[in-house]
Amino acid sequence: MMASSYNAKDEDGHHSGSVSHGGAGTAKSKKPDNTAFKQQRLPAWQPILTAGTVLPAFFVIGLIFIPIGIGLYVTSNNIKEFEIDYTGVNVDSPCYTCANNFSWNSTTSCSCTVNFTLEQPFENNVYMYYGLSNFYQNHRRYVKSRDDRQLNGDATALKDPSNDCEPYRKIGVETIAPCGAIANSLFNDSLELYYVEPSGALNAVPLAKKGIAWWTDRNVKFRNPAGVDLPTAFKGTAKPVNWRKPVYELDPSDPDNNGFINEDFIVWMRTAALPTFRKLYRIIHKNQSSTSTLPSGRYVLNITYNYPVLSFDGRKRMILSTISWMGGKNPFLGIAYITVGSICFFLGVVLLIIHHKYDTRSNSADIPN
Amino acid sequence: STIRTLNKKKEDPHERVDNRTIYIGHQSSLVNEDFIPPKFCDNRIVSSKYTVWNFLPKNLFEQFRRIANFYFLIIFLVQVIVDTPTSPVTSGLPLFFVITVTAIKQGYEDWLRHKADREVNKYQVTVLENGQETPKESENIKVGDIVQVKENETFPCDLILLQSTRDDDTCFVTTASLDGESNHKTHYTVPDIERDLKSLNATIECEQPQPDLYKFNGRMHIYKTNQDPAVRSLGPENLLLKGATLKNTQKICGVAVYTGMETKMALNYQGKSQKRSAVEKSINAFLLVYLCILLSKALVCTTLKYVWQSKPGQDEPWYNKKTQKEKDTNLYLKMFTDFLSFMVLFNFIIPVSMYVTVEMQKFLGSFFITWDKDFFDPEIQEGALVNTSDLNEELGQVEYVFTDKTGTLTQNNMEFIECCIDGFQYKHRGASSELDGFCVTDGPVNKLQQKAGREKEELFLRALCLCHTVQVKESTEQDQREDNLDQVDGLRIDENVLQPPQKERGFIASSPDEIALVKGAMRYGFTFLGLESKTMKILNRNKDVEMYDLLHVLNFDPVRRRMSVIVRSGSGEMLLFCKGADSSIFPRVRQEEVERIRLHVERNATEGYRTLCVAYKRLSEEEYAQADAGLREARLALQDREEKLLAVYNQVETGMSLIGATAVEDRLQEEAAETMEALQRAGMKVWVLTGDKMETAKSTCYACGLFQRKTELLELTVRTLEDGERKREERLHELLGEYHKRAVQDAPPVKAGGTRVCFASNQDYGFIIDGASLSMVLNSSSESNMRSYKDLFLQICQNCTAVLCCRMAPLQKAQIVKMVKSSKGSPITLSIGDGANDVSMILEAHVGIGIKGKEGRQAVRNSDYAIPKLKHLKKLLLAHGHLYYHRIAHLVQYFFYKNLCFILPQFLYQFFCGYSQQPLYDAAYLTMYNICFTSMPILAYSLLEQRISIEDLIEDAALYSENAKNAMLRWGLFLYWTGLGAFHGLVFFFGVRFLFSNPALQDNGQVFGNWSYGTIVFTVLVFTVTLKLALDTRHWTWINHFVIWGSLAFYVFFSFFWGGIIWPFMKQQRLYFVFANMLSSVSAWLVIILLILLSLLPEILLVVLRNPRGPYTRKVQQRYTHVYTSHVTTHARTPTHTLCICFNDVSVCFSRDLVFAC
Repeated sequence: MMASSYNAKDEDGHHSGSVSHGGAGTAKSKKPDNTAFKQQRLPAWQPILTAGTVLPAFFVIGLIFIPIGIGLYVTSNNIKEFEIDYTGVNVDSPCYTCANNFSWNSTTSCSCTVNFTLEQPFENNVYMYYGLSNFYQNHRRYVKSRDDRQLNGDATALKDPSNDCEPYRKIGVETIAPCGAIANSLFNDSLELYYVEPSGALNAVPLAKKGIAWWTDRNVKFRNPAGVDLPTAFKGTAKPVNWRKPVYELDPSDPDNNGFINEDFIVWMRTAALPTFRKLYRIIHKNQSSTSTLPSGRYVLNITYNYPVLSFDGRKRMILSTISWMGGKNPFLGIAYITVGSICFFLGVVLLIIHHKYDTRSNSADIPN
Repeated sequence: STIRTLNKKKEDPHERVDNRTIYIGHQSSLVNEDFIPPKFCDNRIVSSKYTVWNFLPKNLFEQFRRIANFYFLIIFLVQVIVDTPTSPVTSGLPLFFVITVTAIKQGYEDWLRHKADREVNKYQVTVLENGQETPKESENIKVGDIVQVKENETFPCDLILLQSTRDDDTCFVTTASLDGESNHKTHYTVPDIERDLKSLNATIECEQPQPDLYKFNGRMHIYKTNQDPAVRSLGPENLLLKGATLKNTQKICGVAVYTGMETKMALNYQGKSQKRSAVEKSINAFLLVYLCILLSKALVCTTLKYVWQSKPGQDEPWYNKKTQKEKDTNLYLKMFTDFLSFMVLFNFIIPVSMYVTVEMQKFLGSFFITWDKDFFDPEIQEGALVNTSDLNEELGQVEYVFTDKTGTLTQNNMEFIECCIDGFQYKHRGASSELDGFCVTDGPVNKLQQKAGREKEELFLRALCLCHTVQVKESTEQDQREDNLDQVDGLRIDENVLQPPQKERGFIASSPDEIALVKGAMRYGFTFLGLESKTMKILNRNKDVEMYDLLHVLNFDPVRRRMSVIVRSGSGEMLLFCKGADSSIFPRVRQEEVERIRLHVERNATEGYRTLCVAYKRLSEEEYAQADAGLREARLALQDREEKLLAVYNQVETGMSLIGATAVEDRLQEEAAETMEALQRAGMKVWVLTGDKMETAKSTCYACGLFQRKTELLELTVRTLEDGERKREERLHELLGEYHKRAVQDAPPVKAGGTRVCFASNQDYGFIIDGASLSMVLNSSSESNMRSYKDLFLQICQNCTAVLCCRMAPLQKAQIVKMVKSSKGSPITLSIGDGANDVSMILEAHVGIGIKGKEGRQAVRNSDYAIPKLKHLKKLLLAHGHLYYHRIAHLVQYFFYKNLCFILPQFLYQFFCGYSQQPLYDAAYLTMYNICFTSMPILAYSLLEQRISIEDLIEDAALYSENAKNAMLRWGLFLYWTGLGAFHGLVFFFGVRFLFSNPALQDNGQVFGNWSYGTIVFTVLVFTVTLKLALDTRHWTWINHFVIWGSLAFYVFFSFFWGGIIWPFMKQQRLYFVFANMLSSVSAWLVIILLILLSLLPEILLVVLRNPRGPYTRKVQQRYTHVYTSHVTTHARTPTHTLCICFNDVSVCFSRDLVFAC
């Protein structure tokens, strides 16, 4: 269609030749250029995939993948992970009362305590995650309900955030900071971990709050609005509806961890891909003095139960996990690599047999010659 | 379209008047008082479609009438109106781009038209007003104006020639720009017009404008004081057409009869009807499937969404409240908008970019045809011409080739071979041995070494010298000499044969036969010196000049197949000379003369020569007077002029005596036989459609190998039909039945697909039919008979190796093409021809090919592709056609595939995000996927891929049939590609899904979110899709390397860049450092590599497994089977170290890699 020629005026004879479309005209009355490109004779590499060329590739892939897979699998298996559901669905679970007596209006927070035992000690850094199930952080309405300009400290967006934040944009005349459904639903259970000494004494495990969010998020993407101090910077804005305290008081223990750059907040703002997810909550750094970070034994998890999930049939978990170079515990990659590697190797063998058979047949047939 | 509406206006019953009356020079003296001057349109030519004001709305309207554009517009509007997951930019931007580019292109073309229009309309012309020369702009010419035109100017409107500066009241024009005929044509002034045009008082009565360039009927009434008005007839020879150029004449004056959009040129301009290729039809069918997939996906998602929401707590959990607006919306409206939102989310499955890429591929791809130096013909200094690029791939699908004979299979470069005078054969033996007389060779008759009487000889030669419409080219001016090269046909070739004094004498004629005859006569001593003011001068053997008055020319036409002249010799004798086809001459001469000459004619015809018979007749004064009156009367007739003329011609051309016959050789085109053989081996059926007589055509068919010695000919011609005494109809029935039995029923069934009939060891059949029999087959008296005849005929033809249709009228050629085209399986047809008589079949066939031959440029102008020589057809079809088809078919399949595996993960993601229409990929990725990341490699592939090298394709014609019947776009393959796309989509999505069962993928324990998920899937997608193409690429030029690796590099670069900056003015920074973080995770790397490999694994496996039966080896196999059928012996072909052993009928071939039995 693009080359449909413009021939209306060619018929006039005034212009035949001068008004001509692309290729047809240029070649007129001129010998076409003898270039390799125009003659479709560019030098070309013409690979032909045959059993002969592909066979080694199959073997090589098999030989590389199987060890990688085994390595991955072993690594994943070596990662220690402990998971405990503290939602409180069952009557006999410690958080049952907290879960069922939840009210948005109560001023006092409900606490519950979960006891558990680690059979094996956890070495190196241990990472504490909270996990939520059936929580659709990837729902479209939810994902877009934020204003990244506001979170980046933009003064105008602070006062007049994007409409995407509706219905969490304003309370009366005051704009909500941070606005939107994601911020509003910030996970606000606080978890404390205690090691039960053999003597029975509770020994608090130190939980580090730093380093749980992406560095670029903490330092570039999220910024507090300008101001003498945070309260003034956030002056004239309201805290999100479901929050108990304003954004600049999120972490009373560390003044630098407040406002939009609070790491718990940043972690929450990175919406999860699937409805069952985990998010990094705290890091238990390796203890220089003792061999294991979390020795085996009894532990107590103290939960300030602020976050209701029963209404949408959700679950809450606390996960303790060590980390390897490949991340958290996930046997999938190892198994997949072993499987694919084996398939390749198997195919290689099958192809070799077929190839060999062909060869012998043609060789035997050569004899009459 | 303007013209078409104009035509419609013409048909308005109120305006319908058969004639128009024109007052020359607007002389009103003879107009009575109440006369209202008739309104004619002005001389403005409007070929442009748009004005500045209506361009935008009109162009947009035109563009959105295309179904695809409309669809994308709807999607865009939905995105604007409804709250959809992706921003309107994602689909608006590509659409805007496509629409803008098209609009700019069309606007530019229209601007060119405007410019050309302006140039024509503002062209300065001289109009005689009351005898004064007044300059005027061309657009202001009114009907009735007397216009003056100088040499080498074009006529500004259709004029009736009133006055010429030439002595003989003629002028010469070329109509090269109208019908492509570059020879000079003579036009005549209206007889008896006063020299002073100022005092001319006349009206012209002529027919209403009609598009036929060669028809014009009119009458001029000349009023002279004190005399009865004189009436002169006007014919096409008096009409000078707008667009033609005045030549060899200083100045002419003419009166405008048709102006502006009513000129024949304007009426003839019409857009050719769009031909659509089979690939396009496949695309549309596939699109429909994908549209169904799209709709069902949207439907499934919408349904599941509402099922899911019905569970308590899911629809509106506390953390994700609806807005007030959403709450207020009606449930059903909500469902509908949800459905639309899903449509929008998945609409990328039908991408705008596919249309753009297909068009680009076609447009750019067609350059390779024009660039091909093999198509360059040094003789005419031209290469191939592409008039439409829409049909490139159709060149690889041809099943039937309809070829013209003269000028296509043969060179149309006539050479006088021999003649036969009074039963004696005269053969020319080259210039050296000849002095004055004839060289007589052995004739078939006993009278060896004898000559006809001298008187007869000279009569015959005079007849050759007189009975023609040849003009002598005057080489007076210097600049004309340059024109000689391209305007005087055949002169240069014969130059060395001619004697020196005759060297500069060129002849101009509409048919090369006539030139050959005149030159033949010249060889024997009679030279035609020229025609001056109705006097023909001949230099005879005694070097005396004989003068003949040319009284009448009874023109040649294809129905009569003869022409005559009536001349008065110097001695006052009236002579009628007639020459024509034997069939049209023999019934009109005395029968006793026929037999002697018929032998010669038939022998000449079987040798492949074109024969003409020459007859003459002496006219007595009374006979002449009667004929003269009859002719004049018929020429004056306004109605049915042709019929009346024909009747008079028939009356005059009777009772003649036959004096001889001529044989002119029309040599075969270079490599005609090889080309035809290659086409047949490629599985194409070749039909020769010619207007020529059966014997000549048959001999040409033998010569170019379409018929072989063992071919059994089935003949259905007037001759075979008239064998018995029964009626023709019965005989036709009987013959058809018999042939059907022989060719169809008894022959083993031809395997579908394997159309290589010529390999079949059993009997070959050739079919011959002539025009008369064909019309009996097609227009049989009863309806039921007709259908069965047609079916029988088609079935017979389909089982024949070659079919020859002779004595065809141009329209019959088109009829045949149409019949085959609409037969079962609707095969793809190709017509190739060089002359105006082939235009109808060129337009009718799927692909029309014009040969830049000698019969003007009409075929070329109406063709889709034009090539200089027949031999170029081989490469055009076998190499270019094959490659184009392969490329575009792959392009189409690949495009559907890559968009299916693009969108399928997004569809699957809906199951994990509460059917909320959450896109998996970022908007930038959604938009750029088809535009930037994956478009260039496939475009490069579709332009450069050569699965099989051009040499192999040309060498082994049988490879062509691999693609027969749209083989690469069958549903099976489409399903395979769709399955592959679905498999890839599933692998991408679930691979990453399992990885994300623990989203802590970094070695610092940090987690990935949904955008990381999408980015990993997208990265795998881009790499897999590109590498899949890389696997399919068999021809890696540096461009392929550059584009494939470049695209991947660009993707990585773009992702870094897109995620590396906090973009101002963007509401969301979704991908900020997502890509970089992804690359910092070992697990992400590992999963990307794994999934790419897993996706490509079946593909690699298939390539390997398919290889023994792959095209490359199939080629080898076919080559050898071909060898065996011809020689059943042991062969060892060296090039590929292949060994073949044949035991009786079983032969086994071994090559390095493969084994097969044949």
